[in-house]
Amino acid sequence: MPKKVVHYINQFFAGIGGEDKADYKPEIRAGIVGPGLALKSALGNEYEVVATVICGDNYFGSNIDKGVVPELLEMIKKYKPEGFVAGPAFNAGRYGVACGTIAKAVQDELHIPVVTGMYVENPGADMFKKDVYIIETKNSSADMRHAMPKLAALLKKQMEGKEVLGPKEEGYIEKGIRVNYFNERRGSERAVDLIVAKVKGEPVYTDYPLPVVDKVAPAPALKDLAHARIALVTSGGIVRQGNPDHLESSSASKWCKYSIEGMDHADKKDFMTVHGGYDRAFITEDPDLCIPVDVLRELEKKGFIGKLMDYFITTTGTGTATNSAKRFAEEYVPLLKKDRVDGVLLVST
Amino acid sequence: MKLELGKIHIHDVQFGEQTKIEKGVLYVNAKELEAEVLKDDRLAGCHIELARPGESVRITPVKDVIEPRLKVEGPGCVFPGIMGKVTEVGKGVTYCMDGACVVTVGKIVGFQEGVIDMSGVAADYCPFSKTQNVCVVMEPKEGLETHVYEAAGRMAGLTAATYLAKALKGMTPDETETFETKPLLEQIAQYPDLPRIGYIHMLQSQGLLHDTYYYGVDAKQIVPTIMYPTEIFDGAIVSGNCVAPCDKVTTYHHEHNPVIEDLFKKHGKTLNFIGVVLTNENVFLMDKERHSDMVAKLCEYMGMEGALLTEEGYGNPDTDLMMNCRKVTQHGTKVVIITDEFPGRDGKSYSLADLTPEANTMISCGNGNIVLHFPAMDKIIGTQESIEMQIGGWVGCKHEDGSFDAEIQIIIASTIANGFNHLCARQY
Amino acid sequence: MVKEIDRAGIPVTHICTVVPISLTIGANRIVPAVGIPYPLGDPTKGEKKSHEIREHLVTRALKALTVPVDKQTVFEEDF
Repeated sequence: MPKKVVHYINQFFAGIGGEDKADYKPEIRAGIVGPGLALKSALGNEYEVVATVICGDNYFGSNIDKGVVPELLEMIKKYKPEGFVAGPAFNAGRYGVACGTIAKAVQDELHIPVVTGMYVENPGADMFKKDVYIIETKNSSADMRHAMPKLAALLKKQMEGKEVLGPKEEGYIEKGIRVNYFNERRGSERAVDLIVAKVKGEPVYTDYPLPVVDKVAPAPALKDLAHARIALVTSGGIVRQGNPDHLESSSASKWCKYSIEGMDHADKKDFMTVHGGYDRAFITEDPDLCIPVDVLRELEKKGFIGKLMDYFITTTGTGTATNSAKRFAEEYVPLLKKDRVDGVLLVST
Repeated sequence: MKLELGKIHIHDVQFGEQTKIEKGVLYVNAKELEAEVLKDDRLAGCHIELARPGESVRITPVKDVIEPRLKVEGPGCVFPGIMGKVTEVGKGVTYCMDGACVVTVGKIVGFQEGVIDMSGVAADYCPFSKTQNVCVVMEPKEGLETHVYEAAGRMAGLTAATYLAKALKGMTPDETETFETKPLLEQIAQYPDLPRIGYIHMLQSQGLLHDTYYYGVDAKQIVPTIMYPTEIFDGAIVSGNCVAPCDKVTTYHHEHNPVIEDLFKKHGKTLNFIGVVLTNENVFLMDKERHSDMVAKLCEYMGMEGALLTEEGYGNPDTDLMMNCRKVTQHGTKVVIITDEFPGRDGKSYSLADLTPEANTMISCGNGNIVLHFPAMDKIIGTQESIEMQIGGWVGCKHEDGSFDAEIQIIIASTIANGFNHLCARQY
Repeated sequence: MVKEIDRAGIPVTHICTVVPISLTIGANRIVPAVGIPYPLGDPTKGEKKSHEIREHLVTRALKALTVPVDKQTVFEEDF
């Protein structure tokens, strides 16, 4: 039995039409369509392209929040695919975003290997390179006959459970993922050679290319502190005494929320710290050193601030991945918004 | 300063009536060793267990690992200022018990104690899966304050190593290596055509239960200073073990500092190794600023053209690392950083907590967040009770059959950030 | 975390010891804390002084929320 693969393409590659047909609604057809021929021949006899799912680029883009993804997933699911290919999209921006979106959804929801392809400057590449394998293509569909065999090869490798090598070997756009391996030489030995090369002005390399850190514009200033609702957030690992929610001492997987309602200070009988990255002795004795409930309560009484929220939000900062920290905030920010929080103090140790 | 290291190879360890070395086998009189360790009244109990490479044995929670060494000729003793008077070390002759280690094991002090597996997949990541280990399993007295217990544990390891080292007396080394660094001006004159390279060694000193010690002084009390490289081979630096297990620069790793070893290998060939700048990692920003200023000044003063830079630990010490890199570069010394990485289990986050554009040549010691399955072992030296609390574990990571899942940062020295191992991370 | 709060339009002051990390990750309103083991206060100086230090830092951090900024700003002094 050949292994089943489903292929996603847009209205243009399906031969339905160009810009004028970009509102074409989702449709699935048995067998191959358009570039599916190239895919079929690159995959070989042990694989079968059982269906081709087609969607107009504009339809996809304007319905991305209105259920186009679940709709497509339902269509794809019926064919019980074991692998999924989207595009390649080359330099077509909306098509690239659609390929990335659907490939990621199939990977996450149907748990099968996926691959797509696009030109490195396609906006879809930056959006999805961390999530799915994107074969790097040239900027026009003239590259189809070179690109499709690479897509097919990488899909087969994944479906056969073989080790996927680096971006250079496989031809995908670098995902920015840090993967371990055992080097032939130990680190110190390589470092010694590297510093000599650097001093001599010879070519050098780095194991870890510096990432570009994104910046966010500051939120507008608070106008009326005396009526503001202030929330306290910390990465100092402060938890309820006994750590009922098992917050980790390092590499936190979650955030917690604890009540400070009616408390005039943070007492050691109520709170403790589990942070594994500093000497906990001081904060253990007086949690106010990290969550300043005492001072905030006094300021609240004086009318300097409107209200100290009845809870604080906490996690452990040390060893916690930046993406996890981002996710925590994405999870609790809606809560802050719902509770009409006007300003936040975030205390890090 | 010139030091000869005489290595006596050890390929097996056994209990025996007398502590001695015979034909590469270390025999240990457990009773005598236990009695020696128990002279410390802070400990309620102690027993000795042996672990050899390839055995189905897990050692945890591990505090420190130490190679027994004996001063044979020249001033001072091994671990000066701690196991004997403060005397300058680094010259003369020192014997090493090559291939054997003391491993201190005991009820958890903090979250920072780790795991050594003597076989299985985790053994690939741990240098001490390949050594003959004499495990000192300690029990503290009831109600001992944690800092006091830690000090007792640290001393137990050094005491045991000093006791075992006596067996080296009168032996004939299987292998001898000589290391020499001359006073700065002479050293520079010796190889005028080779690049002048130094090493900036950052000692963990965050006061997290315990610290690193230099000639017996707590490293958080030092300002940056200059050291002859050979001093370290005589135990001038003793571990404080206050970071994630994977990052621990154990006392063994100070005795075997790989940067110093590898710089000596190329000394007089491709480079001129002129010395070590010793600095620390502090918990106050002012100290970080002051000490990185001083490091940059010392590098410039010594005429260093290039420097290797290592840290112990992750998180806020990354700031010390980056400050040192930036300021030293700006003072005219080129820098290569050796570091490990913590980009999350999926490898998608930033690897370090802080960055600077000058950090453009970094050697990676691997991603410490990768999750591994640790198979059940026939024998546990110590206890697996606290695995879930140890850094790298999590609640629910333990399975009924004695196996568990954890990030490789739970393994002692798995991603040690001085380049001791071959583990590395690359970008996919 | 601090960036996501800012992104949501809620002003946030990051009180932290290691200001360089805060600058690297992209916090916009920053107040330097005392030290890692005790960010707000200094127990080595006695309870009264420690509380006073905490009061100053918290007040400064709250006031920082009211200051319009257009770039990363470290509030080093009380104002």
